[in-house]
Amino acid sequence: MNMLTRRLLIAVTASFVFAGHAVAQDKSIVVASTTSTQDSGLFGHILPMFKAKTGIDVKVVAQGTGQALDTARRGDADVVFVHAKPAEEKFVTEGFGVKRYPVMYNDFVLVGPKSDPAGIKGSKDIVAALGAIKAKGADFISRGDKSGTHQAELNLWKVAGVDIAKDKGPWYKEIGQGMGAALNTASASNAYVLADRGTWLSFKNRGDLVIALEGDKRLFNQYGVMLVNPEKHPSVKKDLGQQLIDWLVSSEGQKAIADYKINGEQLFYPNASDSGA
Amino acid sequence: MPNDVTALQLVLGGDPALFAIVWLSLYVSLSAVALAALIGIPLGAWIALTKFPGRQGVIVLLNALMGLPPVVVGLAVYLALSRSGPLGAFGLLFTAPAMIIAQTVLVTPIIAALTRQTIEDLWIEYRDELTAMNLGPLGRVTALIWDARFSLVTALLAGFGRAAAEVGAIIIVGGNIEGFTRTMTTAIALETSKGDLPLAVGLGLVLIAIVIAVNALAWTARRAGERLAG
Amino acid sequence: MRAPSSELPIVFDGVTVTAGPVTILDRIALTLAPGAPTVLIGPNGSGKSTLLRVAMGLLAPSRGRITWGGLENVPPLKRAIVFQRPAMLRRSAAANIRFALRAAGMPRAEHARRTGELLEHVGLGHLADRAARKLSGGEQQRLALARALARDPAVLFLDEPTASLDPTATKAVEDIIRTVSERNIKVVMATHDLGEARRLAGDVVMLHRGRIVETAAAASFFDRPQTAEAKTFLAGELLV
Repeated sequence: MNMLTRRLLIAVTASFVFAGHAVAQDKSIVVASTTSTQDSGLFGHILPMFKAKTGIDVKVVAQGTGQALDTARRGDADVVFVHAKPAEEKFVTEGFGVKRYPVMYNDFVLVGPKSDPAGIKGSKDIVAALGAIKAKGADFISRGDKSGTHQAELNLWKVAGVDIAKDKGPWYKEIGQGMGAALNTASASNAYVLADRGTWLSFKNRGDLVIALEGDKRLFNQYGVMLVNPEKHPSVKKDLGQQLIDWLVSSEGQKAIADYKINGEQLFYPNASDSGA
Repeated sequence: MPNDVTALQLVLGGDPALFAIVWLSLYVSLSAVALAALIGIPLGAWIALTKFPGRQGVIVLLNALMGLPPVVVGLAVYLALSRSGPLGAFGLLFTAPAMIIAQTVLVTPIIAALTRQTIEDLWIEYRDELTAMNLGPLGRVTALIWDARFSLVTALLAGFGRAAAEVGAIIIVGGNIEGFTRTMTTAIALETSKGDLPLAVGLGLVLIAIVIAVNALAWTARRAGERLAG
Repeated sequence: MRAPSSELPIVFDGVTVTAGPVTILDRIALTLAPGAPTVLIGPNGSGKSTLLRVAMGLLAPSRGRITWGGLENVPPLKRAIVFQRPAMLRRSAAANIRFALRAAGMPRAEHARRTGELLEHVGLGHLADRAARKLSGGEQQRLALARALARDPAVLFLDEPTASLDPTATKAVEDIIRTVSERNIKVVMATHDLGEARRLAGDVVMLHRGRIVETAAAASFFDRPQTAEAKTFLAGELLV
């Protein structure tokens, strides 16, 4: 290899690495969020509007709520947008987040096979339904990934008086993966699974799965958004991040959220004005 | 990406989002292979031609590292590039360079191990001639690498195949961000999780077609080169 | 170390080469001086190739010493060797020669001219751009000769250069060896082909089982062999 070829190679390699880097330095922020917001298509709907207004690129890293909070804790995101209120409040108390803003809620649905082995279809009582699933030993898929959905599920078992860590049997399967993977698993094995409505509505590989139960108030799922604390992580782009938060809770942002529909069905209900949410 | 169309329609229709994903996949994997070649070929050649204590152990280790689990590499690179990690100040996490770094770590042992074997075999054939020409170590290495170039293409292709196919490392360090770090494999993982299996399969077929095309290109170049240089 | 003005004479002083328990060369005492080609003869396994490698400097004696122009450890700047099975670089014939020119430190500006001359010298001018490994056995042997000559050697070692060639190819190689010798390059050649030894040798060194059994001018060696081994070998009988 002669000198020219060698220099060219080095130059090309260097430009590869730094070109990619330069793009990343543009006006953009990283948002650690959940698979439910991404997979439901909400971000695809609202973020282009935000970009048109502010010129800010929002890069969404979709993870489970637990992982998203951890990503933010390490300083690898500017904004965290998740749905597990106690974990979010802990995040702020520990000083990792500046302030928690309620943004919207959606609801969970209990999805199960058409044959309904636990006999819960038509019921409005999630606690009774879970009790029936356990009593009949009907297959149940748990996310098992510390996500917001997983935490909500664990909480519901607790309300139902079931110590799931102790009482789980072979019917209870923790897969440790995202919402989509849990739905795929339930679809393949005709099991019950707790899913957020957005992911369920946009999910295509349903097989025999249908909604077994919905509408219980205890299935409401509150989303909150927080700026990662720049005092912990100076790399946080606090101005750009706060712009996103301000827009999400503004009347314009709230309307954009309300306008997102799949097959005419609204997925998320804005409630930024409800300070207790 | 629209959901109601197949990947084939996306390709035929020239969907810009799909092209961006294909381009990013190629850019990341080819960059990683280029960097891994710059490290792995000299490293493999050096191990082939140098006697040092523990050499056998290094060769075994290098061969074993060809099977590095992508998830482990992804996690290690993630921890290194995270803002809280030793290289956090560069702000590389969730960018294309982060994915290039992770794949470079994955591919370098493959290229180094295959280079080591190739160069060692060629050295057995060339040793007498090159020694008789009184060639220094650098001259030997460059001559051997140059003359092994057609076999080394195969090593590069093995590395490219590994990089293009893996999802475990890049989804962790890249974050699968739409329009920035979404590649063919992370898009396939995403579409699978959305339950859109036909689109996932379609994307998979596109990926396989690309890998075949790259291999065919390299093979043609290799054959043409061999005809000229033997 | 500075290269001496002359590589010659090459003096073996009690050179012994062993490989494990096997003695390959046994107390060799030999002087290779300028002049007509020296031909090493002897049956396979008699140590001819090893002797050439020691003379080239590729192999250090286990015991004894070897000097080039009175000095030890002289780098092989003015020596060249053609192996019995030369390795062809995976490049064109011309590139093989350019590689040797570069290794010998010839200025780049002269490569094209010198490459052309050397290829013409060995009759391969028309095959300059052919891949070296696609050449026939005889052509490869001639290319190896040209590559060795690219080093502008004072001494040229040849290890059975015609062993696997047909008569036409053998003649082409021998003609080149003759012209090389006429240019005052000392040729030291191993062969087990008595006819070839007769055609080319100025003097003859006969090896048997790692030892020199007879050293003589070619004419007297072939007409009046002194030792039993030489007589047996010249008679075409098996020397065991």
